[in-house]
Amino acid sequence: MIASGWTLRRTGSLVERNARIYRRSLSPVLASLLEPLLYLLSIGFGVGTLVGKVPGIDVRYAAFVAPAILATTAMNAAFNQMTFVVFTRMKTDRTYDAIVPTPLSIADIALGEVASAVLSSLLPSIGFVLVMLALGLVVSPGILLAIPAALLVGYAFGGAGLAVTTYLRDFSDFQLIQLVMLPMFLFATTFYPLSVYPGWARPVVEILPLYQSIQLLREPALGIFHWDIAVAVLYLLAVGSFGLALATRRLTRQLLA
Amino acid sequence: MPPFRAVDGIDFEFGRGEVFGFLGPNGAGKSSTMRMLGATSPVSAGTLRVLGMDPAEKGPEIRARIGVVPQDDCLDRELTVRENLFVYGRYFGLAKNVIRERIAGLLAFAQLEEQADAQVETLSGGMRRRLTIARSLINQPEILLLDEPTTGLDPQARHVLWDRLYRLKRDGVTLIITTHYMDEAEQLCDRLAVMDGGKIVAEGSPRELIDAHVTREVLELRFPADDQAEVAERLRAAQLGERIELLPDRVVVYADDGETVLVAVHGMSLAPITALVRRATLEDVFLKLTGRSLID
Repeated sequence: MIASGWTLRRTGSLVERNARIYRRSLSPVLASLLEPLLYLLSIGFGVGTLVGKVPGIDVRYAAFVAPAILATTAMNAAFNQMTFVVFTRMKTDRTYDAIVPTPLSIADIALGEVASAVLSSLLPSIGFVLVMLALGLVVSPGILLAIPAALLVGYAFGGAGLAVTTYLRDFSDFQLIQLVMLPMFLFATTFYPLSVYPGWARPVVEILPLYQSIQLLREPALGIFHWDIAVAVLYLLAVGSFGLALATRRLTRQLLA
Repeated sequence: MPPFRAVDGIDFEFGRGEVFGFLGPNGAGKSSTMRMLGATSPVSAGTLRVLGMDPAEKGPEIRARIGVVPQDDCLDRELTVRENLFVYGRYFGLAKNVIRERIAGLLAFAQLEEQADAQVETLSGGMRRRLTIARSLINQPEILLLDEPTTGLDPQARHVLWDRLYRLKRDGVTLIITTHYMDEAEQLCDRLAVMDGGKIVAEGSPRELIDAHVTREVLELRFPADDQAEVAERLRAAQLGERIELLPDRVVVYADDGETVLVAVHGMSLAPITALVRRATLEDVFLKLTGRSLID
């Protein structure tokens, strides 16, 4: 098949290209740290003084919110990379028109982009953990699991983002994406625990990929080691893989016309 | 509505070291043919072998041995000239030191040594096109596919580019080009397939095509626009030349000896605004075969 199969070497060559572009400047990493920092300061510390402690969890409010904001940071880094950046490469830069004639298959391109997204969520995540450490918000060595967890979050939202991108028609469609992403950010237990919701609403929240991401980071960060982390891992792997497979399928049709 | 057929049953062969051209207007199916040759577009019916391999099964293997110069340069604008070549070499799995060695030669070939560390953004159109060609050569391809290589370039940049392509031909690279410029086709191509509406309407060397389909010379006559049709009728009635074509802005008479026909035209007391005798070109071949001109 013209499109089928991927190899590590071919996929790696695209990751190498993207890394070459990312490393040209540090400002995107700093920019992707700014927004979570503002949330942490305003809500974690600001609103936190009114909240005191979260019921059932014996940590200050900012320490409860921080892992969730970390999950959001990893999500945004990967998702923005796979939507806005990839869409620009497809429509404006025509990057893939130059890559398709090389030995790279569409599977190589899709996987290479998602792998790049995973890597691009790494630096902001490490940066945010360091900020948490500096602000005294690290309460358990379980925070170390946050780094591999952030990579998994990057995979889930990288794969999903790439799939979403194959449905976009033009840049105004990004407003529709915001219409989904913003409510998910606000309601996926970022700022309060699931117990706030009435029983019927909880499954709706639990199905959100950001909720699973937050679970995966927050519980170990707070020193809670529960089997539901395994559910989150499997769920996020499934979301990323489904997105990647769907994106590969659709890109094959779009790039090999 | 039935699906659009960009290419509808074409039959051709090309050999090693040859410059083979697809000549035709926009929408003739040239680019679609090139994508199939480059193993980036599936063939829905028929048989295609590139370097003896089936693109449906050996896509990556074929693409590893060919070079493609797309119509739009599609360069990495965030990277420098050198980085563009380097990144591209990595797509072909070449070792870093091998790529570095080749880049030196390619920069010289593309006359871009001074721009090696410049951002692509700062290059002129001609330089970008030469970089795109250099990029396509990073894997030392046996076949180079060039889609409209000089479209959008100024005359001087075109000649520089043609010169580079001659050098590749001399080095034994098979060149497959598409063009809608008949001068480019005549200059560069050993053999041509004239395409129209997804079909090949004629094939041969530029000389063979001209000899087979049109006369040696062409007489172009311009009359006041209102008179053209009537004049064309009178010339036809007088059986001047071998064939008479009425175009919106001129009457074209095909004849082996244009001067003799012109004398006869004057003898009919017709007074063209301008009269030009010229050698027949591929443009005339195309007009004869399709009834249309190459550039609309």
